[in-house]
Amino acid sequence: MEGISDLLHGFSVVLSWTNFFYMLVGIILGVIIGVLPGLGGANGVAILLPLTFSMPPTSAIILLSCIYWGALFGGAITSILFNIPGEPWSVATTFDGHPMAQKGQAGEALTAAFTSSFIGALFAVIVITLAAPLVASFALQFGPAEKFSVFFLAFCSFVGMGKEPPAKTIAAMMLGFALAAVGTDTVTGSLRLTFGSTELLGGFDFLIAVIGLFGIGEILLTMEEGLSFRGKAAAINPTVVWQTWKGLPRYWLTMLRSCLIGCWMGITPAGATPASFMSYGIAKRSSKDGGKFGTGEIEGVIAPETAAHAAGTSALLPMLALGVPGSPTAAVLLGGLLIWGLQPGPLLFVEQKDFVWGLIASMYLGNIVGLAVVLTMVPVFAAILRVPFGIIAPIILVICAIGAYTVHNNSFDVIMMLVFGVVGYFFKKCNYPLAPLVLAIVLGDKAEEAFRQSLLISGGSVSVFWSSGLVGTIMALGLVALFWPAVSNLLGRLFRQRSPA
Amino acid sequence: MAMTDFRWRSRVTAMVAALAASLFSPAAWAWEPTRTVEFIVPAGTGGGADQMARMIQGIVAKHGLMKQTMVVVNKAGGAGGEGFLDIKNAKGNPHKLVITLSNLFTTPLATGIPFSWKDMTPVSMMALDEFVLWVNAETPFKSAQEFVAAVKASPDGKFKLGGTGSKQEDQIITVAMQRAIGKKMTYIPYKGGGEVAVQLVGKHIDATVNNPIEAVAQWRAGALRPLCVFDGKPLPIKDKIAGDMSWADIPTCKSQGLDIEYLMLRGIFMPAGVPKDAVDYYVQLMQKVRATPEWAQLMHDGAFNPTFMAGGEYAKWVENEEKRHRELMKEAGFLAN
Repeated sequence: MEGISDLLHGFSVVLSWTNFFYMLVGIILGVIIGVLPGLGGANGVAILLPLTFSMPPTSAIILLSCIYWGALFGGAITSILFNIPGEPWSVATTFDGHPMAQKGQAGEALTAAFTSSFIGALFAVIVITLAAPLVASFALQFGPAEKFSVFFLAFCSFVGMGKEPPAKTIAAMMLGFALAAVGTDTVTGSLRLTFGSTELLGGFDFLIAVIGLFGIGEILLTMEEGLSFRGKAAAINPTVVWQTWKGLPRYWLTMLRSCLIGCWMGITPAGATPASFMSYGIAKRSSKDGGKFGTGEIEGVIAPETAAHAAGTSALLPMLALGVPGSPTAAVLLGGLLIWGLQPGPLLFVEQKDFVWGLIASMYLGNIVGLAVVLTMVPVFAAILRVPFGIIAPIILVICAIGAYTVHNNSFDVIMMLVFGVVGYFFKKCNYPLAPLVLAIVLGDKAEEAFRQSLLISGGSVSVFWSSGLVGTIMALGLVALFWPAVSNLLGRLFRQRSPA
Repeated sequence: MAMTDFRWRSRVTAMVAALAASLFSPAAWAWEPTRTVEFIVPAGTGGGADQMARMIQGIVAKHGLMKQTMVVVNKAGGAGGEGFLDIKNAKGNPHKLVITLSNLFTTPLATGIPFSWKDMTPVSMMALDEFVLWVNAETPFKSAQEFVAAVKASPDGKFKLGGTGSKQEDQIITVAMQRAIGKKMTYIPYKGGGEVAVQLVGKHIDATVNNPIEAVAQWRAGALRPLCVFDGKPLPIKDKIAGDMSWADIPTCKSQGLDIEYLMLRGIFMPAGVPKDAVDYYVQLMQKVRATPEWAQLMHDGAFNPTFMAGGEYAKWVENEEKRHRELMKEAGFLAN
């Protein structure tokens, strides 16, 4: 295998004390960035990018990609402890991670999250090592119609799985689509739904919506329920990591499936956020404990975290091989490559072997170092919940406000965040699910754009979504996922009718 | 466009000026930033304007050209309107800069966002970005003439041309091509130039008018083929890129029967009502940036037209460009009102 010997060469490039030091610094900075909502991996990398211009490119990309890994890890921490997703892709982690923390199992939830992130990332790196050229040519097949079909699949595999009535799920999703439509219409270039307000030009940023809906909404709920964090019973237990690990192998199938979903979504530039939602939805549907999802099931933490990391990692591949970033953070890294005089594209793998394989080797090492760093901190993170609510709530509020401000350096966003907080509170009170709303805000405009581009290409005919084997298969999968409850019901009845005979 | 005649001379002038500035006036600034300078990018992360802004930020930091730090902030909402309105509202604030692309003209015209370049103070032109007509290397078109003939021979709307954004530079060029050829093409808007290039490699579209830096990697890999450049003269860079071809070997579109010239401004502005000393400070700062080897490398890699302008000359140029864009947008039917 040529890949393996290239990789070994990569390790020899990376393994030096300076690079190891950069790796540690990157991971720790990344965790901090991931913990602060709104700051986000993309912003973190963008802020630090200029500092790396005087470094050799390999060291620089190691530092920056380790910030990326660190942020991926860190996003899970606040999601689990405070129900505030530090990163978009950790929204799905809150669904079961936070209930676990409320039950006093914060340590278990954190360990499961970190470990499954690591496994997802490792799986994706192995895919990159073995199949880089293949993957690049596969990604080329994705035109607008194919992209839309992937989004369609993500939506479908999420609809109908909730405990809530489907009508409520669809209502929440439609509200999300409406919010996603505000701002500039990419296809016509004109403004819509801004009502003449210049504040609404940029539309509703997903991060602000999430910080408000989840973070502020949660604080309002907790206040109503008597100013106490139910998680404070959590005992500090240094062996929690080991104990959780013993239980994890049982979920190997969930992990494998999430790894595959993650890699798929990362390569077909849909990204980590839809991957985590889709993986959660499918795990809920197929697990025998699916009915308990949302009440603190460890499997509900494993599924989204594994997929998010597999996607986040494999998203780097299209960036290197094609020059198209799979995520906002990757976009900033891409700018960095150009500044270091490296041209991302098909020839990068041929002309810059040291760099590419050094980067891939650093993905292996960075994730191992990252896992070691965050796992040792699990008991410390879990202990944060012992701080009285009266002290921690104002701190969370301030962090949320700073986070919302940092997204665009705009104080109007802080007000928007508070409005979303109230909306989140009422959603929970009225038993409307937040997840479909969030999913629609995050993917709505991308799905719309791909849909309209497809129709432009086909001259208005919807048959474009069945025009090739690839797009037709994905659309069919989506329809199956959408009607799965009905289909499985029907199959079950047929089966029961037959079995007595 | 006439500024191509001056490109080398002005570049040398800029270098001499920067050298002189660094030799003779170490601390003699009439004005200097007293806090962090915010550098607004009215576009998303990873695009051409964003790359240039981050490059400038990196050069300033690496060479210690400014005592205060510079931060890059993306305000992409409303086709960049968000970023421009931010500058408009920061009247008199000398700690804000903005880098522009053609959306300086197209966004207010196409969306009616209340904003014009006159709401800002022009600092300097950093470069002009070229546009090239690209096709997939597997298509039979070896020249722009063959491509034009094929479009002419096919029904309206059959040829699909991808570009960045809607009612912006790429679509303006598309409309101009349609007029020159006399056939309609279908324009497909995408979010970023890199994505457009990859869509062409994947044969989801038939042609693009990508900037050189957006498509060069795919050209070198033999996946794309340049047909002509929308400039008055061939590009000056003679390094071999793919096989025997260099940027200089790409003919002008005009010589191929497509009489279209279009270059895009990469320039710096700051808010209105700032002291003249502050403007002078940034003009000199940008000249120093342009004198660094990193900048020269960027200009070379992206086959930019490295024209420099400042002061009245620059303002005059911007005014003419705005008129030209109003004409172009009006002809294309892109005006908001």
